[in-house]
Amino acid sequence: MNLTTFLLALFDGVSYAALVFIVALGLTLIFGVMRILNVAHGSLYAIGAYATVSLVGWVLALGAAPILAFPLMIVSAILVGVLIGGPVEYLLLRRIYDKPEVLQLLVTFAVFMILEDVQRLVWGTQPYFEAQALRALGNVTVFGVTYTVYQLILLPLVALTLLVGLRFFLRRTVTGKLITATTEDREAAQSIGIDADRVFLLTFVMGAILAGLGGALASPTTSILPGMGADMIVLSFAVVATAGLGQIEGAAIAALMIGMGRSFAIYIWPEVAVLVPYLIMVLVLLVRPEGLFGSPAARKI
Amino acid sequence: MTEPLLETRDLVIRFGGVTAADHVSLKIEAGRNLAIIGPNGAGKTTFLNICSGWIKPSAGSVHFEGEDITRLPPRKIVTRGVARAFQIPQLFTEHTALENLLIAASARDGLRNPLRSMHGIDARDEMMHLLDMVNCADVADRVVVELSEGERKLIDIAVALALKPRLLLMDEPTSGVASSQKDEIMEILIKALSEANVTSVFVEHDMSIVQTYADEVAVWNAGNVQLRGTPSEVLEHPDVIRDVIGEEIA
Amino acid sequence: MSSVTTTAPATGSSPAALSLLWIAGVVLLAAVPFLAPNLQLLVNFALAKGLAVVGVTVLLRAGQVSFGHALFFGISAYIGAFVMASVPGMDFFGILIAGTLGAALAGLVVGLFVVRYRGIFFGMLNLAFSMIFWSILEKFYHITGGADGIRLTRPTVLGMELGRDAFELFLYYTAIVLVVGLGWFTIRWFASPVGQLFQTIKTNETRLEYLGISPRRAMLSGYLLSAALCGVGGILMATAQGVVTPEYVWWVRSAEMVFIAVLGGAGSVRGAFLGALIYEFVRTYASAYAGDVWQMLLGAFLLVIILFAPGGIIGIFERVFARGKGTS
Ligand SMILES: Nc1ncnc2c1ncn2[C@@H]1O[C@H](COP(=O)(O)OP(=O)(O)OP(=O)(O)O)[C@@H](O)[C@H]1O
Ligand SMILES: [Mg+2]
Repeated sequence: MNLTTFLLALFDGVSYAALVFIVALGLTLIFGVMRILNVAHGSLYAIGAYATVSLVGWVLALGAAPILAFPLMIVSAILVGVLIGGPVEYLLLRRIYDKPEVLQLLVTFAVFMILEDVQRLVWGTQPYFEAQALRALGNVTVFGVTYTVYQLILLPLVALTLLVGLRFFLRRTVTGKLITATTEDREAAQSIGIDADRVFLLTFVMGAILAGLGGALASPTTSILPGMGADMIVLSFAVVATAGLGQIEGAAIAALMIGMGRSFAIYIWPEVAVLVPYLIMVLVLLVRPEGLFGSPAARKI
Repeated sequence: MTEPLLETRDLVIRFGGVTAADHVSLKIEAGRNLAIIGPNGAGKTTFLNICSGWIKPSAGSVHFEGEDITRLPPRKIVTRGVARAFQIPQLFTEHTALENLLIAASARDGLRNPLRSMHGIDARDEMMHLLDMVNCADVADRVVVELSEGERKLIDIAVALALKPRLLLMDEPTSGVASSQKDEIMEILIKALSEANVTSVFVEHDMSIVQTYADEVAVWNAGNVQLRGTPSEVLEHPDVIRDVIGEEIA
Repeated sequence: MSSVTTTAPATGSSPAALSLLWIAGVVLLAAVPFLAPNLQLLVNFALAKGLAVVGVTVLLRAGQVSFGHALFFGISAYIGAFVMASVPGMDFFGILIAGTLGAALAGLVVGLFVVRYRGIFFGMLNLAFSMIFWSILEKFYHITGGADGIRLTRPTVLGMELGRDAFELFLYYTAIVLVVGLGWFTIRWFASPVGQLFQTIKTNETRLEYLGISPRRAMLSGYLLSAALCGVGGILMATAQGVVTPEYVWWVRSAEMVFIAVLGGAGSVRGAFLGALIYEFVRTYASAYAGDVWQMLLGAFLLVIILFAPGGIIGIFERVFARGKGTS
């Protein structure tokens, strides 16, 4: 492996890790606060991507500048979070917080099945590709390797901003502290007047927005196809499980490990590249069943 | 001197800032029922957790009949003859009381024929007898979720007894049991234990029970044994009256 | 989800009348090739799937759901296809055994890992393993035929070469025998000490450990059974369809199994088959009209069952029956 391929693999890995991290961040946030694994998270990612492509395609066709694609990504993500995430929490999840984990899992799985068909109904099965945003930012050359600014700089920057921003939000803002308090002890939080229902709704919408944003940001870099949601839920679960459920910083490191592992595999042994994330997860879980940064939950008896 | 049934040496465990076991060294002689008393949070349950393998101490060791069992998982300690009943009953809540005992008997006797119904196993009568002993024969066919806290505690003890242990660890065996029943239950229990040659260690907050049924008492305070002796020695000790009994009454 | 109802016969309802009804159901199934030959293949598919659904049902009894059990269905089917391709004129029972053993072996390997987990991790790790196998099938197309899969030639039956119709008839009755036999076995297993220990995982692993039993080992026993049941289903499906494709292990397949298990009545073996039959009929006739929204309908229906009829079809069925007998 020469320097060029090494750098290419490295850059691929970073940009891929950034995308996966953004999605995984939403998944792990929702789990951390609500103790629910949202299987439909992958669909929200896919819908975020589809929505972006449609919106951007429509607005640019009206003659707008390609740079407008960026605010439209955010709009798409928020639409996904509010219009899909909101009702899912409000109408469904709210009924099942006290039910066994298996039932919760089945409910979000059912939502996943529904949303997969919704995508197909709205956007059909043909692939979409819309890379205006990618081109708008141009390329950089690093040690003779040319790479897009979008993937090499923007994506990691967004991921990092979200990581730091979420940390700050949870630790320093009033709303964030309400969320953390509810996470630690729901009943105690309610007894001091915190509206846990609203906290859960807010958290779920935020998590859903992150999924949608992941999809929106991914849209210029890949063809958008049915099935991408299923791939993403398993992949982001792999990241979150490798890190330890609910571990935010850990998810960043796990995403990097998995992203790098996959991109280097693509250059070395492409057939197995898709397997690498799972192999990493399985290896980590074999050694540490709670994930890299998770701590075993000892049951009090 | 005969070998103690169970011996702990210098057990230490900390949870955050709390030292729940602070160099606990204790010998338990076969045939002498030991009551553990002490204020809430003194580390009584923690001691049982360590002896039964649920929690691993950060230092020290546990020996059962001379064998070092410190690092064994609970199930291996169980098969060596240490059974446990819990402060919060640990039962199969969707099964009936009798089924809970039948499952325990199947676990004890090994699992031979995969197609034989559990209800047909030989130990059925024995299990009914155990339920009868803890005054729960009338609820044998009721599902555990429907039972009262007191009934669950008693069935939890019956499950532990079903394993035919040599040492039985009980965490507040009669809490939740109606006070009119407490004495009767303890009476039968202690008698059955001595007949079956089972030694018991039980955590207890009710001093009259301790007075009547314990052969020895250990007083726990802040993660260690503060005092040990016969019930009358211990219960009349001024420190105990101040620290423990005073609190129980309050 | 009621899970232990089979250990103590549902009080009040009339078990004798119910069993008669089930026997009548089996007889009716056996008559299908004569009464409605055009349904034979469809019922055959349903029975094959039903066996796999029983595999998922076994795990539901321990309070666990796997989103990846199509893995074992597919592994068995592919083993069948590979054996048929490399040993021409292989016997049906040969591939039945090879496929089932292969699925059980895969169940052991995957099981040793996943039995450490419960709930979310258990469900998702199973999904991950099935996705891994799916990618392997797709990527290593020079061996697996990729998305086109592998065709199976018709196996011999105890050394006899059967024509197409005769083989299909043979397969149909074999499926019925396997369904009745394995269904009976699974119900007995649930009631047996090993099965009971396995099911206690749903309610209290702490007590299980304190009975001197390893919860992981208890879990593994059920996991092996569930993998083997999926394996039998997979071989029946592969021989009935004559082709295996990566679609056999695709997550939608796993989802379908979970769906049917919950539809039929989570935890009920009979419900699994009843659910599979109903599902297959509705799918065949409704997907012509609702092919585009099929998954959406499934998902919506799944929500309705979970939220409003957690006992599934079998729950409704038994309740109606109990009411009919005037008991409560
Ligand atoms: N698994 C654990 N994790 C953290 N802290 C623990 C754990 N188990 C016990 N503790 C702490 O250790 C201390 C001793 O607890 P323990 O349950 O042993 O007390 P106890 O004597 O049984 O009290 P009680 O009479 O209330 O049952 C308490 O402060 C408790 O909060
Ligand atoms: Mg205690």
